[in-house]
Order: sequence, then C-alpha cells, then structure tokens
Amino acid sequence: MESLQLAKTVRRDIVELTYKAGTHGTHISGSLSAVEALSVLYNDIMRFNKSNLADDKRDRFILSKGHAAMTQYAVMNRIGILSDADLATFKDDGSAFHTHPKMNVSKGIEFSGGSLGHGLSQGVGTAIALKKRGNTTSRVFVMVGDGECDEGAIWEAAMSAAHFKLDNLIVIVDQNTLQLDGRIVDIMNQGSLADKWKSFGWKVYEMDGHNVEDIKKVMLEGLKNVTCPTVFMSHTIKGKGISFIENQYNWHIGVLTQEQYEQAKKELEEV
Amino acid sequence: MIELDRQKIRTYSLLGSHRTFGQVALELPKINENVVVIVADQMSPAGLEYFRDQQPERFFNIGIAEQNLIGVASGMAKEGFTPFVLAQAVFATGRCFDQVRVNLAYMQFGVKIVGLSAGLSIGQYGATHQSLEDVTLMRALPNMVVLSPADCTETAKALMAAAADPRPTYIRLSGWMNCPIVYKKDYDYQIGKAITLREGEDIAIIATGPMVYNSLKAADMLAEEGISVKVVDMHTIKPLDMEAVNDCLKAKMIVTAEEHSVIGGLGSAVAECLAPKAVKPPQLIIGTDDKYIKAGDYVYLQEQFGLTPIQIKNSILSNLKKL
Repeated sequence: MESLQLAKTVRRDIVELTYKAGTHGTHISGSLSAVEALSVLYNDIMRFNKSNLADDKRDRFILSKGHAAMTQYAVMNRIGILSDADLATFKDDGSAFHTHPKMNVSKGIEFSGGSLGHGLSQGVGTAIALKKRGNTTSRVFVMVGDGECDEGAIWEAAMSAAHFKLDNLIVIVDQNTLQLDGRIVDIMNQGSLADKWKSFGWKVYEMDGHNVEDIKKVMLEGLKNVTCPTVFMSHTIKGKGISFIENQYNWHIGVLTQEQYEQAKKELEEV
Repeated sequence: MIELDRQKIRTYSLLGSHRTFGQVALELPKINENVVVIVADQMSPAGLEYFRDQQPERFFNIGIAEQNLIGVASGMAKEGFTPFVLAQAVFATGRCFDQVRVNLAYMQFGVKIVGLSAGLSIGQYGATHQSLEDVTLMRALPNMVVLSPADCTETAKALMAAAADPRPTYIRLSGWMNCPIVYKKDYDYQIGKAITLREGEDIAIIATGPMVYNSLKAADMLAEEGISVKVVDMHTIKPLDMEAVNDCLKAKMIVTAEEHSVIGGLGSAVAECLAPKAVKPPQLIIGTDDKYIKAGDYVYLQEQFGLTPIQIKNSILSNLKKL
C-alpha cells in the first residue's frame, strides 16, 4: 500500500477504534495529527518490517508521545506487523495494546511510553549503544510532541545527543500547536521550537506533516549524509481530517457519539 | 573478583564508600563484560578519573542531568549493556523518580543506580543534600532491588554482586571517609541474604548502612549491662530477608536502625513483615524523624537524630523498661 493510501486507511481505523472504545474515549486528536508522518516513516523511511523485528540491524522507533499509540498500532497493523487480532484488543481490559505503548519487542514495540519526556533519552542511550556495538546500520527514530517539549528532560536529552555526535538519532516533532489545556502559545509559549533544536546542535528540517510526498521528500533528503542528530519539524493540525475535532484542544481525549462517528466516517470517505 | 585483603579493606575504608566505587569500578567489567559507567557530573567525587583513563570506551559523563542519566542508561541496557549510573543519592532517586519508575521498575532494565552520600554524611550542605527518603522511594517500586552496604568492604561486595545480577538495582552508598570497618576480611555476600554479625537473646537489632557499626557498638555497651543483643546486617532492604526477621521473633524487642527516615525505610519493611504475625515482640524503629533539621557535621547530625551508639543504647534501654 502506498503511504498516501496507508494514511487514509489509518485515519479511518482511528475513527473505528475510537468509536469502539466507547465512553473511555481515545487520544484521538493527537493521534490524527501523527498519521502521515508515521505512515511514511514505517512505509518509506525505516528499515523495520514484520520479518526483521528480531534483527539487530533494524531501525528502532520510539513513540515518545505515547498517547498516539493508536496511530502506531494502526500503521503497524496495516503493514502486517500487528495482526487484526492484536489491534482488536486495543483498550480492552488486560490488553497488550492499551492507550500507551507497552514494550513488546517481538511485536515491534521497542519501549513502554506514556509518561512524557522519556523517549528522547531512551533514544540517546539506544543510539550510543548501537555505535558502541559497531552497528552503523541501524538508526533510531523518536517521535515527540510539541507540547511534550515543555518537559525539561527533552532538552537534557537533546543537549546530550549533540554532545555525543549522534548522527544515528532522528527526531520527528509532531508540531500540532495544541496541548491538553489549549494552544501552546497560550499555555506555555515555546518561542521558536525549530530555533531551539538548532541551537542545541541539531540539523533542523521543516515539513508539511499532512503531505505524504513532502514528508517523504524532506526526510529522504535530510537523512542523506547526516553528520549530527537530525530533527524534522512536522507541521500538523491536531485532529486533522475531522472538521469538528480539528484544532479543538478539548478533543485531546475524545468520545465519539454515533452521530459524530457517522459524520467522521463520511468526512473521511469524501477525502 | 577482587581479593579483599586487609590492605584493600583498610584502603577502601579510608577512601569512603563513594571513592570505593572508583576502585571497584575497574573490576566490574571482569565480572560482566557489558558494564559501562555513566555519571551525572560525579566522576571526581567517586574517584573515577583512573577508570575514565583506563576504560574510556566504558565511561560516559552525562552532565548535571539525572533524568537523562536514567533514560540514556535504559536505552543502553536495552541494547545489551549493564550501566552503573552515579549521582548524589538524593538526586539519583528523587530528581528522576519517574524515569526510574518507568525505565527500571516498569520495563525492568537492569540498570544499577549508585547513590552517593546517602543519609547524613554530607549534611553540612543542608537538607537538599541529605538523602533520607531514597529507600522509601526505591522500595515502593516493583521489581527494584535495594542494597544498603554497612561499610566499604560491603560496598565492594554489593557492587560486584550487582554487576552479576540482572535486576534493576539501587545501591545506597553512605558513610564518609575513614568509614568504620564492619567486615575486616572477605566474606560470603548474597543479595537478599542478611548476615547475623552477633548472636544474642534479649534484643535483636536489624540494622542497615552505617547503623550496622553503631548497632554493634551499642550492643557492646548493652552487654556490659547484662543485656544480650543480636545484631543483623540487613544489607538488602528489598527483597527483604523474611527468614532473618523471623529468626528475631524470640527476642523481647526487635529494633531496626537506619540512617534514613523512619517512614518507609528498613523499619517499615520489617514492620510490614511482622504485622500479620499474631505473636511478635514490639518493634522500636530508630531512624531520622519526620522533619528537616539545620545543617551540620556528620556526627552532629547523627546526634540530632539519636543515631550514635550511646543514643541507640539509651533508646533501647528506655523502651525496654516500658515493656
């Protein structure tokens, strides 16, 4: 499946999974913003597939914004890493695939997540370890949220990645400009995130996080001849694709009524 | 393994537990070839300059960033390394508690946290540097092993044992330079197996860290007054050696002694073990009271909290009279 089609399918999966979750709701809006970046990452960028999960030479992916696990699961299901049965347990009592990722290397989940600000440090450690072991093939990809960049631990890790010259470490910032309580600029103004990463010693690229072709082009180009840690600022819309969720901060955790579910499906079919 | 002869034991004692780490670190890769050492700007206090020079491939300084310290160590652990991470005990456990919780306890990466200056040893720096709640924090985490060596000999034993053990572990290094010696020669040390240092019938003191030595001294003084005291070195606070606690049930009183808060530490662990028993002796919990006090010298602070040998003796005597 091409990444464009994959992303469309995954967005529909997210609506189905959210409706199935009933009154528990899901982190639907922050999951929708990450759809295209994760689709391209798994489909076109990473050396990571169902047949190399145990191979040391695989690329590693860490979902530091763990609340977008639903998107990760759906993408991994559509590319054949997770079974339909795995995905069907999403948010069930006792499921291995709950709201946030739980480490399950044999299923392709590298680390447990959910507590924000951890993934980049884990990525730094992984990247250092791979180099120490002489593995120059594998790369470490970490997706963080822009709201997550409020966490000081992100910047401790960012500083260390440049210090240790980790050219095998790649971050994607899902920059959807909202956090749980409102617009980032209102809740905790971060100034220019791109400038911050740059000043921490990272090579910074900007991309349209909902344009599959742009993501692919910018990432493939940016990952040639890397000499330092690389960050892709993925400009996105929280809740992308569903009109009544887009840019609505109060949909951070959302419950779909039957009417909203029907409307969401209809809107996605029209795309 | 290091041969712990008299000279080594004396040297470690002079250096203190923090610099004992610097000495023992050189041996750890011989026990486990995957050992690496990561410090949060604490190379010099731990005497690690020689290790850095001898084993540069195994040494990392992460700067003053304890959260990143734990996260990076966990990433390395996942890829096959056994990181020993060093920071001041209060920061290594409190500053980055969530990182420890998620990475070490939840995901069970076998990182070894070495907490320097635990307890009151650098108390002249004030309450910010007095690590008196670290055991409470670490003990509450599922899957964590919590070690609290009695002296520098046991520090070496604990570090070597941890290097060979796959579990996430907190090693609480306490005391100061010229640290009193409890173990004058090499001995059998096993994580989770308490050591009875002195037999006695009337009172059983279960002690940990620097309070092992002080308890032995208190036991000597009590013996002069005709009171027979058993002293147990509970060097592993988690998993607690329940059998060793059960072996104390015949005493008239069980005393726990620790250079740590009376809330959540060894005293609490022993009390949790005793609570379900229908018949048990009363327990006296000796530790630091539930308060912060003004800064001061190590011995001064021990006095403020009633932790010196004579204070332990007097506390036991006055509680014994109440029985």
